[in-house]
Amino acid sequence: MIKVENLHKTYGKNEVLKGISTEIKEKEVIAVIGPSGSGKSTFLRCINRLEDPTSGQISVGGTIITEKNVMKVRENLGMVFQHFYLYPHKTVLENLIYAPIKVKGISKDEAIKSAEELLNKVGLFEKRNEYPNRLSGGQKQRVAIARALAMNPSVMLFDEPTSALDPEMVKEVLAVMKNLAESGMTMIIVTHEMGFAKEVADRILFLEGGQLVEDATPKEFFSAPKSQRAKEFLEKVL
Amino acid sequence: MFDFSRVTPSIPYILEGIGITLQIVIFAAIIGLVLGILLALCKIGTFKPLKWFANFYTSIFRGTPLVLQLLLIYYAMPQILGFNIEPIPAAIIGFGLNSAAYVSEIIRAGINAVDKGQQEAAKALGVPYSKMMKDIILPQAIKNILPSLMNEFITLNKESAIVTVIGALDIMRRAYIVGGETFRYLEPLLIAGGIYYVMTLVLTFLGQMIEKRMRRSD
Repeated sequence: MIKVENLHKTYGKNEVLKGISTEIKEKEVIAVIGPSGSGKSTFLRCINRLEDPTSGQISVGGTIITEKNVMKVRENLGMVFQHFYLYPHKTVLENLIYAPIKVKGISKDEAIKSAEELLNKVGLFEKRNEYPNRLSGGQKQRVAIARALAMNPSVMLFDEPTSALDPEMVKEVLAVMKNLAESGMTMIIVTHEMGFAKEVADRILFLEGGQLVEDATPKEFFSAPKSQRAKEFLEKVL
Repeated sequence: MFDFSRVTPSIPYILEGIGITLQIVIFAAIIGLVLGILLALCKIGTFKPLKWFANFYTSIFRGTPLVLQLLLIYYAMPQILGFNIEPIPAAIIGFGLNSAAYVSEIIRAGINAVDKGQQEAAKALGVPYSKMMKDIILPQAIKNILPSLMNEFITLNKESAIVTVIGALDIMRRAYIVGGETFRYLEPLLIAGGIYYVMTLVLTFLGQMIEKRMRRSD
C-alpha cells in the first residue's frame, strides 16, 4: 500500500530523518512511537508531502509521489492533526462536505448524506449545525476524523491525535480510532498512547534520532525490545 | 453669527453631492478591495517578480501624496493617453489605486495571522491553492481584519473630499461653491461637515452589523 524508500529530511544542518525505509500493507495499523524530536511527525508529514523529503521516495498504491500528482494522492490519504484545524467559520457539517464537493465534485445532497452517516459513526450527529468553537476538544477531534473520512481515503494518517486533549477526552477519540481500525482501515498513527498502540496496532515502528530503530509487533516490542534505545525509552514512558 | 437663511435654498444642491461622493467612494472601495487582495496574494506568494512588483506598488502609493496621484491621473495622464479623463472616473481610479496599497497591507497581515495549520488541513484534503485561499483562508483573515478595513473605508470616505482639486462636484466642492456665491462660508462648510459625519456614522454602523454577522461562529 505504502512504500517508503531511504527517506531523508534535512532542515538546514539538522538532519531529522536519516534514511527510513519501510513498507505498509493494506489494512495494517501502524503505531509510530519514539521520544520527541525523533522525527515521527516529520516521517508522517513526508508521506502526504506536507514536508518535502530531501531525498528518497514514497509510493502510495504503487504510484510514486511527485510534485505533480501530490494533490491527487492526498485525496487518498486522510490526515488528522494534533490541533484539529477544523474550519472555524464553517459548521460541523460544512467542514465535512467542503472537500468532497470542491475537490471530488460530489453533489451536495450526496455529500450531506455521507457526512451525516459519518457523524453518526463518531457520535456527533446532533452537533452537525454547531460551529467548531462550541465543541470540546474531544468532539473537535472526532469531527476532524470524520472530515478526513469524508474524502473516502484508503489510508488515514494520525499526527498525535490525542496529545492536545484533556485526559478525560482521550478515550472517546481513541474509541473512534479503534472502531476505524477494526473496520479494516489502513492507519499510520504517531502517538504517545502506549496502551493504545499495544492494543490496536499490528506493528510498532520505533524511531529515534531520525532512524527506524525497531520494527516489531506490539507483543515483541513491549515485552522484549531488541535495542538498548527502545529499552531505555520504554523504561521512561511505562 | 449663524445665518442659514441665505444658504437654505442651496442645501439641496449640496445634498446632491452625496451621490457623487458615494459613487466615487463605493467604486474606489471595490477597486481597492479587489486589487488589495490580489496584491496581498502576490506579497505572500513564492513567485519573486510578483512579490517585488506588489511591494514596489505599495511603496509608491504610500510614499507619495494622494493629491499628487490624483493630479497626475487627471491632468498628466491625458498627455500620455491622448484623451481626457472625466473628474469622477479619474477620482475613482486614483482613490482605488491608492486604497489598494493600504488594503493589501491589512490583508497580508490578516492572512499571516491565520493559523498555518488551516492551510495544512486544506492541503491534506487535496484542496487546490486558489480554493483554499478563497474559501478557507480569506474568510478567516477578513473576519479578523474587519475593523481595520472599515477604518480604511471611513478614511477613504472623508479623504474623498480632496477630489475638489480636480473639480468633481462632490459634497465638499458644492459647499465651497455655495460659500463663494453667498459670501458665507461658515454655514455651507458646517453642512458639509455634518453630512460627512453622518456618512461616517452610517459606515460605522454597517461595519458593526457585518462584524456581528461574522462573529456568529464564535
